[in-house]
Amino acid sequence: MLPFGNGRSYGDSCLNDRGTLIDARGLDRFIAFDARSGILRCEAGVLLSEILEVALPLGWFVPVTPGTSLVTVGGAIANDVHGKNHHRAGSFGHHVRCFELVRSDGTRRICSASENSDWFAATIGGLGLTGLIAWAELALKPAPGPGIEAETIRFASLEEFFELSRVSHDRYEYIVAWIDSLAGGKRLGRGLFMRGNHAAAGAVSPDPPRRGPGVPFTPPFSLVHRPFMRAFNALYYRKPRRPSQNIHYQAFFYPLDGIAHWNRLFGPRGFFQYQCVVPVGEGPRAVRELLREAARAGSASGLSVLKVFGDHSPAGWLSFPRPGVTLAMDFPNRGRRTLALLDALDEITLSAGGAVYPAKDARMSATTFSHGFPQWKRLESYRDPGFSSNLWQRVTGRGP
Amino acid sequence: MRRILIVGATSAIAEATARHFARDGDALLLVGRDATRLPIIADDLRARGARNVGVHTMDINDLEGHGAMLEAAQSDLGDLDCVLIAHGTLPDQLQCQQDPGLTLRELNTNALGTIALLTVLANRFEQQGRGTLAVISSVAGDRGRQSNYVYGTAKAALDTFLEGLRQRLHKAGVRVLTIKPGFVDTPMTRDFEKNRLWATPEQVGRRIHRAMAGGGDVVYTPFFWRFIMLVIRLLPRRVFKMIRL
Repeated sequence: MLPFGNGRSYGDSCLNDRGTLIDARGLDRFIAFDARSGILRCEAGVLLSEILEVALPLGWFVPVTPGTSLVTVGGAIANDVHGKNHHRAGSFGHHVRCFELVRSDGTRRICSASENSDWFAATIGGLGLTGLIAWAELALKPAPGPGIEAETIRFASLEEFFELSRVSHDRYEYIVAWIDSLAGGKRLGRGLFMRGNHAAAGAVSPDPPRRGPGVPFTPPFSLVHRPFMRAFNALYYRKPRRPSQNIHYQAFFYPLDGIAHWNRLFGPRGFFQYQCVVPVGEGPRAVRELLREAARAGSASGLSVLKVFGDHSPAGWLSFPRPGVTLAMDFPNRGRRTLALLDALDEITLSAGGAVYPAKDARMSATTFSHGFPQWKRLESYRDPGFSSNLWQRVTGRGP
Repeated sequence: MRRILIVGATSAIAEATARHFARDGDALLLVGRDATRLPIIADDLRARGARNVGVHTMDINDLEGHGAMLEAAQSDLGDLDCVLIAHGTLPDQLQCQQDPGLTLRELNTNALGTIALLTVLANRFEQQGRGTLAVISSVAGDRGRQSNYVYGTAKAALDTFLEGLRQRLHKAGVRVLTIKPGFVDTPMTRDFEKNRLWATPEQVGRRIHRAMAGGGDVVYTPFFWRFIMLVIRLLPRRVFKMIRL
């Protein structure tokens, strides 16, 4: 068995071909919300978007949010998701006060940092393998309104990126960079640096930006291909921008949530997403090599994201977020070529002592996984014997 | 802020609709048979913004209990702005065919109990001179069909009762809303195989919420059922009795 939330993991971490998936979206009730303290208890199938709908009008925000709000609380815990504010707030697991874990033998445990703390640390980032999270209690954080005061700065090199990260670290809560992974040679490492803070109340209209029609069907071929993406990237990089503006949080955090089925743009063969983290010392060198490899392989990468993680010790045994630099790239699936490229990226990541993010992964090898997550054997001993996943079977060879 | 009584509040469609009421900040009284589930749903609605949410346990077939329930509504909410009647069971048609007692019990649950309650509510609302009575019927009431005519009978009875009530109460400024869902994926239909025609409780709940706020007398949801049932109703009986539906 494996719990299945809203299925926003990119690869097979939420799939279980040899077994059953438990549709956890039925666990979609709020249990209690204290609007004075921001403590929220809800069932694990509640989406972050639903939490924001309820809590933001009362002045509370999700403490850590990934690039989509359409993930369940259970999924956020199981992948220990991170966001643009990792350098400040750490990962999602750092803001979970407790949860109830249900095992296939019927036992139920309340887990927190002080009670069943081993189960707590195993389940955060534990990819759903320790059991089903029935409900969780979260500490939301205060926010004056739906606006984000956001600034976008062009940078021409990785050095400039790291410098911008360094100076923005203390004054900005949300920091991320879009990087042009098609730019090679002298232009390698150019991109757009985005930083922001919550805007004062009333800074933006509470109405969310209008959603587009979405992608109604899968085109017979990928629309994401090199010549088009090069032109797009070049224009996007050069597009004139106002120095600082207030925008709605949905436009700042969840631009893709507004394009239903955006993944269809990659055509019937789909795409791979590759996200890795490399330690601080290796950061600049490894990122440069990864970008060089991606640009050389001629694989159009749609959206590439670069961020410096903060100095927070991981919340769970298998947490991906850790001190270092993280780079995320998309690659249209061109078969063996793409897989070979991803293997090459693995080598660069491993030689730098880094790790590849399971929530995005569909193909990493057991070697890559065990190097990135040395505590996996500890998790294996806490895995529910009735639970497994495609990913776990692939990277550990263990399963039913 | 409206004061809304929901009968059959543990139903998936009622819960989905109630979430919209909660977001609107309405005051609710949830009525149902299951005393354990009602408070869980109440907690959820409270967190989502309902002004206050009360619960009351009652079985529609316990006609004497209707009075106590309406008193609870009066003390909890005061005068009602809306009532949503959403309870129901899905009779096992084949079993009913073998068992007249079961057939009559299903008709009680799905039609007569509701009609008894509506009789009292109609008088109250007529006196009030305002408000909305919304009842979840079904497309099944549009024409008796081989596969579910016991259920269809109950819903057809409701439809006719509501049509007469609508005509009467319109003069008093009271709205009577008949909601006719088609196939909906809920615990009640768990054993059915689902296809593209099936709606989710969320879709139906959204539609009911909109209908209760806006206009409309008889609402088919999703909309295309109005046309499907029109065709089914227009089939000549000669043909209809030959097919299996």
